[in-house]
Amino acid sequence: MSSQIAPVEVTPSAAPNPRRWPDRLFHALTLAGALAIVVLILLVGWELYRGSKLALHEFGWKFLVSTDWDPVNDQFGALPFIFGTFVSSLIALLIAVPLSIGTAIYLTDLAPVWLRQPLTSVIEMLAAVPSVIWGLWGIFVLVPWLRVSIYPVLQKWLGFLPLFKGPIYGIGMLTGGIIVAIMILPIVTSVSREVLRSVPNLQREAAYGLGATRWEVTRIAVLSYARRGLFGAAVLGLGRALGETMAVTMVIGNTPQIAASLFAPAYSLASVIANEFNEATTQLYRHALVELGLVLLGVTILINIIALVLVRAITSAETRRVA
Amino acid sequence: MTLNEPPKSTVLPPSAPTPPPAAPAGEVAFDVRNLSVFYGANEAVKNASLQISARRVTAIIGPSGCGKSTFLRTLNRMHELTPGARHTGTIRLSGDDLYAREIDPIVVRRRVGMVFQKSNPFPTLSIAENVLVGLRLNGLRDGTLLRQRLEESLHMAALWDEVKDHLSRPGISLSGGQQQRLCIARALAVRPEVLLMDEPCSALDPLATAKIEELIQTLRDQFTVIIVTHNMQQAARVSDQTAFFYMGQLVEFGDTRNVFMNPTNPQTEAYVSGRFG
Amino acid sequence: MNSSGSNHLVRRTKNRVMNVLFVACAILVVSPLGFVLFDLFRQGLAAINWTFFTALPKPVGQLGGGMGNAIVGTFELLGLASLIGVPVGVLGGIYLAEYGSDRFNAWIRFGADVLNGTPSIVWGMVAYGVAVLPMKGFSAYAGGLALGFIMTPIVLRTTEEVLVLVPRSYREAALALGLQRWQMIARIVLPTAMKGVVTGVLLAIGRVAGETAPLLFTAFGNNYWNHHLTEPIAALPLQIFYYGISPYDDWHRQAWAGALVLVLLVLLLSAGVRLLSADWKKRGSS
Repeated sequence: MSSQIAPVEVTPSAAPNPRRWPDRLFHALTLAGALAIVVLILLVGWELYRGSKLALHEFGWKFLVSTDWDPVNDQFGALPFIFGTFVSSLIALLIAVPLSIGTAIYLTDLAPVWLRQPLTSVIEMLAAVPSVIWGLWGIFVLVPWLRVSIYPVLQKWLGFLPLFKGPIYGIGMLTGGIIVAIMILPIVTSVSREVLRSVPNLQREAAYGLGATRWEVTRIAVLSYARRGLFGAAVLGLGRALGETMAVTMVIGNTPQIAASLFAPAYSLASVIANEFNEATTQLYRHALVELGLVLLGVTILINIIALVLVRAITSAETRRVA
Repeated sequence: MTLNEPPKSTVLPPSAPTPPPAAPAGEVAFDVRNLSVFYGANEAVKNASLQISARRVTAIIGPSGCGKSTFLRTLNRMHELTPGARHTGTIRLSGDDLYAREIDPIVVRRRVGMVFQKSNPFPTLSIAENVLVGLRLNGLRDGTLLRQRLEESLHMAALWDEVKDHLSRPGISLSGGQQQRLCIARALAVRPEVLLMDEPCSALDPLATAKIEELIQTLRDQFTVIIVTHNMQQAARVSDQTAFFYMGQLVEFGDTRNVFMNPTNPQTEAYVSGRFG
Repeated sequence: MNSSGSNHLVRRTKNRVMNVLFVACAILVVSPLGFVLFDLFRQGLAAINWTFFTALPKPVGQLGGGMGNAIVGTFELLGLASLIGVPVGVLGGIYLAEYGSDRFNAWIRFGADVLNGTPSIVWGMVAYGVAVLPMKGFSAYAGGLALGFIMTPIVLRTTEEVLVLVPRSYREAALALGLQRWQMIARIVLPTAMKGVVTGVLLAIGRVAGETAPLLFTAFGNNYWNHHLTEPIAALPLQIFYYGISPYDDWHRQAWAGALVLVLLVLLLSAGVRLLSADWKKRGSS
């Protein structure tokens, strides 16, 4: 079949139709696009391994437990950053998860119907605000406010706890946790909402049928049914919190120390990379920073996999589409 | 005649107002032998053999789930799009084995056009583009020829007078019945030998249905038409021959009059007289 | 049931209290957006004028100057990122929607979701290793690459999602006309889902437009106009960061102005997404 022949040509040609090659090419191209995901995963792992080889070799497992971060003497340990990352993320979760789940319940079961869409849109907008802007706002608005109005009160009432002892700088671990909390509110809320929406209405109706009040319906029918999914939402929030970089960098204080007080400055894995990568003068220094990235990557991937499995188990039956 | 022989019904002279017959009226268009179709372990069509006449209207009737749509879709290899579908037996169109190893299903589908249960004009295309999309994507560029084909096809689908003044409106702006006729024009534009219709009127009101039935009568002069319908009156009205499927079996096949007036099989009689569980 | 009266009262009161708590949660969740927008306008609007959009940054100590190069640079970086993320993501999404087996698709989807959760600073390090080291210097290319890495899985997922919404009947009609599969996809399915695909692309652009961390050691920043994509390039988020942590009041003012512009850009994109997707859902359901 040559292309000059009018297209109504219907005689089947022998053997593989030569005009089918575009089909095969297109198939191959799209497959390459899908496999790009695999390539990206391998690339991330490979690049971070390659970039941290020296440090991996030099320090071994000691890297994870050493508190010594001394570029001048080529001594590198990750513990203060791991500590800072986890504690600030836990603070963020403690603040964000109850608020997010409460908001999700409000959105799915309580809010007047006309309000649901606008409220959802506002939460999406919240998610769209870039990290660096939260950081800027954190430095100039949140930090002074916390330092003057909130932290002294906190110290007055809870100062007997080691967590709230010591000088108040404004910047520090707690402030980092608060800013991260704000940033993970949208994702935890929207995933929680998905989870709650996938609770079959039958569950709610059964509880209402027993004469339960609205709150009892939520507690008995909705929350118990959705527990695993909501836990998944929280874990997903944790995954995001661990990797937050810019806003944390701008308010956490950037001091590699392990302090009992939440008012004390701290440091996180992502922040130290952001601050020091361009200043890393020796090979080993740079490799140590990339190894911090490797630790961060490993933890977030693990956390994300757990979260995805938890969330999917509950929402998939509902949201799977017919292809 | 084998497929590798020189073209038989190849290129239409573009000026020809109607396509030359694929086979003279009454001759065999489809020769189906021992056709069984499976979806996984489920046998949807069981060992059917029949010969469908060219340039006649053949109706396929039967209760839902009897395999009539599956049978229709094997005639242009559309059933292959369903994952897990396979078949045994042979189907020849004017002597050509449609399932021979070297045959491209795309070529089969150009010879055997299809109209679906619900009208489905492509939503992003205008009326004219909908009709011409098959020709254009097969490489036809000649503007006057396209224009001619457009008019012919819309005439054949009895739609020309209604749409000639707004050919550039979206295809989905038409009414349901008009959309279905647009889909018929779209199928006819590539000049197939056969037109398969899978319950083409099931989503239409009686007036629109009457128009389509009228249209089928005029199409039989030029095309082999095979229509699946759950409506027995419709089968009786429009078809020359009727095949009755029941639970995957081809129970009865013959002249429509005979199938409806003197069915040989008690199951057929029960179905056409409306006494069917 | 003697106690039913008081019990009932307790239950109802509890219900009330919980309702109030949920409303309070919702208010607390949305309030940061209000605060940040208020401060952005209050602090940023004053520093925005024509020079801000056209001029280069002034050296320390001199007042004035602008972020013209950073604004242009952000668009250049987004363009470069789209050159990678859009074709790769769209093609991959097509594969998942049209070709892949269920098992394969499930794995790719899972992989894409895991990539979506990977910290953006990690992508900066990857692009550093892939582009900065071999090219022996920071460049717009490296920055675009880092952002492109982030865009790809997002575009892929949304493309797949909108393509599977295209009714099967259009695909069948196209194939019944004797079209090849790629023609069916490229000429019928893709145009039908085009608004949805564009929505996904805008979503991805909006997501990376404010990214700072992956640019720190790829695009690097630049106080002058970028004349060549192989050179370092300024970007709005980078400039906001550098100015924000600087000790100069005038730079703080500029950082606020830059932040206002960036937020408006991102919110504009997200508004576009919502407009398009509302339209798309309406059409999909009709």
